Amino acid sequence: MSVFLLKRLATFAATLAVASLLVFAVLELLPGNVAQVILGEGATPESLAALEQRLGLDRPAATRYLAWTGGLLRGETALSHAYDTPTAELIAERLQVTLPLAAMAMALTVLLALALGVYAAARHRRLGDVGVMAVSQIGIAIPNFWFAILLILLFAVKLQWTSAGGFPGWREDDGGGLVPGLVALLLPAVSLAVVQAAILARMTRSAVLEAMREDFVRTARAKGLSRRATLWKHVLRNAMIPVITVMGLQLANLVAGTIVVENVFVLPGIGRLVFQAVANRDLVVVRDVVMLLVALVVAINFAVDVLYALIDPRLRPGDA
Amino acid sequence: MSRRRDFWRRAREHPSFVVGGALSVLLAMAAIVSLFWQPWPPAEIDIPSKLQAPSAAHWLGTDSLGRDIASQLLVGAQSSIVVGILAVGIGLVAGVALGALASARRGWIEELVMRLSDFAFAFPALLSAIMLGAIVGPGLVTGIVAIGIFNVPVFARLTRAAANAVWAREYVLAARAAGKGRWRITLDHVLPNIANVLIVQATVAFATAILAEAALSYLGLGTQPPQPSWGRMLNEAQAQMFQAPLLAVWPGLAIVLTVLGLNLMGDGLRDLLDPKLARQR
Repeated sequence: MSVFLLKRLATFAATLAVASLLVFAVLELLPGNVAQVILGEGATPESLAALEQRLGLDRPAATRYLAWTGGLLRGETALSHAYDTPTAELIAERLQVTLPLAAMAMALTVLLALALGVYAAARHRRLGDVGVMAVSQIGIAIPNFWFAILLILLFAVKLQWTSAGGFPGWREDDGGGLVPGLVALLLPAVSLAVVQAAILARMTRSAVLEAMREDFVRTARAKGLSRRATLWKHVLRNAMIPVITVMGLQLANLVAGTIVVENVFVLPGIGRLVFQAVANRDLVVVRDVVMLLVALVVAINFAVDVLYALIDPRLRPGDA
Repeated sequence: MSRRRDFWRRAREHPSFVVGGALSVLLAMAAIVSLFWQPWPPAEIDIPSKLQAPSAAHWLGTDSLGRDIASQLLVGAQSSIVVGILAVGIGLVAGVALGALASARRGWIEELVMRLSDFAFAFPALLSAIMLGAIVGPGLVTGIVAIGIFNVPVFARLTRAAANAVWAREYVLAARAAGKGRWRITLDHVLPNIANVLIVQATVAFATAILAEAALSYLGLGTQPPQPSWGRMLNEAQAQMFQAPLLAVWPGLAIVLTVLGLNLMGDGLRDLLDPKLARQR
């Protein structure tokens, strides 16, 4: 197990290093002149030179790359051009919205998908199964941001139960608080979860159906275990491998999905930050946020691989 | 010839394929018709008749600038199809080439291609589009390239896995014994035998590309005005939600029907072309 873990950790670190090189290359080397991109076509040579010096662009690329990655590892980041604040501070502040949103969305996804998927498998080829499959086929085709807009239409415009967007904050002195904060994140989380759950529910259904055909299920039933107990004790554990793979892929999708949905609900999260940074040509923020999101995706894949090995000992190549 | 006739006979009886095919043909017709004719010029601003309800003159009403919604939807189908074809084309050409190369050469080349495609999964299309948008500015091309790059590893992995199975078959062994080179075998035997798998994946990737383009256009990172696109129509409609809620419904419906059609057709093709791949029903 430890050999396997070490190997996976090494790949994880190498992937991050290559990813950082790529992000650096695309955002700092490709366009030729970053200062020009930030200031636009009409910039004077003096202001260009001043900004270049402030950003340290007069130093060689290798030095800048090492300074950037070294700074990231130490937690020291460059100043945002638009906010004049270290990007780490901006990101940390925005993560207070994005992380709870992603966690809520993923929890809702898993809950919905497992319930629907197992239900459909248990009712295989009967009305419940056909219904779940039809609804999930439509769910897969719905863009999450449109579902978000529909939720706003229903709950904010028609019923007027909630506001059409915005975030009150977690602190009560700012007019927010835990409950108002969670309420504001509920619709965004639902719009992210419903679409993802549609995919995961189909996956869960076919994985459960496959596992139900295995010999060990017949054995479990033969030794007197009830249908329900067999399902929960034996079938689900064995059906989990493909389901977890898809969950890992979906977490990566969720990262992208939050960017869009945060913009629909005007939530001050990472997605809103990076989107405004693109509009403001705040390349320092774009670079650090993209790097963070890429690192997140890579870390999720790493975690999925390790989870595999925990669930299914046969998948531990290092010990073979 | 009889195999082809047999395919269409089975296809006509496959419900997913029929429904999905009909919806996909509808999309293609909308785009083609809009090239020659639209009820109204889609970008024509007509403030006096803004935010009208659906009527005989404006089938689906008008937006906040008085533009005809039905015309914009029709022309918007063009953007979706262009993005779908080009983004899937990039993924298909580069991905199949890399995957076939990996499978034909094996060894370190295969390892390299697989590691590269593992790596590419760390960059969702939206992140690539954001990076490219920050540098070269947002636009249709930025969106197409970002979605296309995302598709490359998808097709590379699929091609390699399917091609490896073909390389293990006896007829390939026979072809090698007869002195055919790897390049010829790839063209004569491997690609024709994995074409079905690739067609199914291309249909699904087309649907994903349309969803991604809609999201990018909604964020302003895709198709730019005055070219209408479903994603941007939704963005503009959001500002009018309290006055004209229906504006936010039509473009979304267009996206859902299109994606649903392509996904259903993909499911149908999977069953019809490759019985081994058919999912359990």
